[in-house]
Amino acid sequence: MAEIVTLADGVRELVHDGDTVALEGFTHLIPHAAGHELIRQGRRELTLVRMTPDVVYDQLIGMGAARKLVFSWGGNPGVGSLHRLRDAVEHGWPAPLELEEHSHAGMAAAYAAGAANLPFGVLRGYEDNDLVQHTQVARITCPFTGEVLAAVRAHRPDVGIIHAQRADRGGNVQLWGITGVQKETVLASRRSLVTVEEIVDELDDRPGAVVLPSWVVDAVAAVPGGARPSYAHGYYDRDNDFYVGWDEVSRDRETFTDWMQRHVLGSVAA
Amino acid sequence: MTKAVERSAAVGPSETPYGSGAGLPMRGYKADEMMAVEASRRLTSKNVCFVGIGLPSLAANLARRTHAPGCVLVYESGTIGAKPTRLPLSIGDGELAETADSVVSVPEMFAYWLQSGRIDVGFLGAAQIDRHGNLNSTVIGRYDAPKVRLPGGGGAPEIATSVDNVFVMLRQTSRAFVERLDFKTSRGERVRVVVTDLGVLEPREGELTLVRVHPGVSVDDARAATAWELAVAPDLEETEPPTEAELAALRTLEAAA
Repeated sequence: MAEIVTLADGVRELVHDGDTVALEGFTHLIPHAAGHELIRQGRRELTLVRMTPDVVYDQLIGMGAARKLVFSWGGNPGVGSLHRLRDAVEHGWPAPLELEEHSHAGMAAAYAAGAANLPFGVLRGYEDNDLVQHTQVARITCPFTGEVLAAVRAHRPDVGIIHAQRADRGGNVQLWGITGVQKETVLASRRSLVTVEEIVDELDDRPGAVVLPSWVVDAVAAVPGGARPSYAHGYYDRDNDFYVGWDEVSRDRETFTDWMQRHVLGSVAA
Repeated sequence: MTKAVERSAAVGPSETPYGSGAGLPMRGYKADEMMAVEASRRLTSKNVCFVGIGLPSLAANLARRTHAPGCVLVYESGTIGAKPTRLPLSIGDGELAETADSVVSVPEMFAYWLQSGRIDVGFLGAAQIDRHGNLNSTVIGRYDAPKVRLPGGGGAPEIATSVDNVFVMLRQTSRAFVERLDFKTSRGERVRVVVTDLGVLEPREGELTLVRVHPGVSVDDARAATAWELAVAPDLEETEPPTEAELAALRTLEAAA
């Protein structure tokens, strides 16, 4: 059963230096507050997994929390590059970053396989491109048709972290809108932490909602606004101006570090 | 009219939000607007189109507002049949989900909808293209010691091999239209058209061939912006300039972004 915890306690208990950690959320419901708590608690040597590393991973990488990145698209959506990710890959600042690079379809299949407790996922993919040399992919032959397909090793993170709209007092989690790969992330991970906008007495029906029963989640923390500058459908909108502004903040090492000092390290967890 | 066609700065698509912005001339249009309009004309009401953010999203939404209202827009965030009233900044903006016919998970999007062959058009951008339509959106320079680390392939590798028709939108410069890619992110086999700010290329006899130039653009301009020896179709045509209706719809979309 999920325990209701504070964000600081949840991160302290569940995430350790050297862990493989997946913070997921496809544009929507990105667990920014949890990422900031990882930075505040000074986690190091993490293998960070995420389909679309964007601002929160730029911050984790720029603050030296990551050793390796497993991903399929690393940019600031609609804006451009992630400058801290680029600096780490191009110049090794603040530390060299190992890359394991996939396509979206490959990442999705790897999460789904992890959720199913299978050793690998299957897809029709990675055909005739150079990605094959930079990822964990192999060819397998279908035993029924003879078709040659791609196999990707299942993602089995030590910790999966997501943000959701709500949980009830028993720790059942509910999210809706664009739900991305979050269900698979929680089910594929050995341990899981969910931050939520609010904890309510009862989860009423929402169209298209995903419900994660309490017994597949380790910890739930109420963190209102915990996805900002991403958004929480039904609660607040995406702060597009922040994403546009991040380009300037993150371009320069000193400006970035100063910003992190003032806005992340200088503030405390909810 | 043609003097009003301004050339955009040569930047990779990953650096570019929506192309043309403020400062529009009183008459005429920008090169990016010609590009979006010409790309939109390739879509019909019968297409189901996988849309990326930026110029492809602009072109696809323009098609829905002009001649192809039935065109189904699919964004990789899981929104099927999205009908946004303003251009989204990201592929996961809330309005896409609110206006969609169906919202599915990301694993479902790629497995059930894309790889299954249910989507017939996919728009791709890139930093580099070669004469066979192969694309690079991964890295400039060596992978292990990059000059520029780009965002990466995302959905592109499987879009390029799952849809029947790949449409590419890319500003034409000799840095982007290269003899040899630094990295092959997606294969060019199914590329049917490349719409640039200078003209239109289509595969003919195994290589991308200039089949149209936009008004005010010469064949020499297109050749100078291509690092390989650009083949030119004997029946080369000039693109129809944007109509008043197309421009009005385009600018309404951009203004609401």
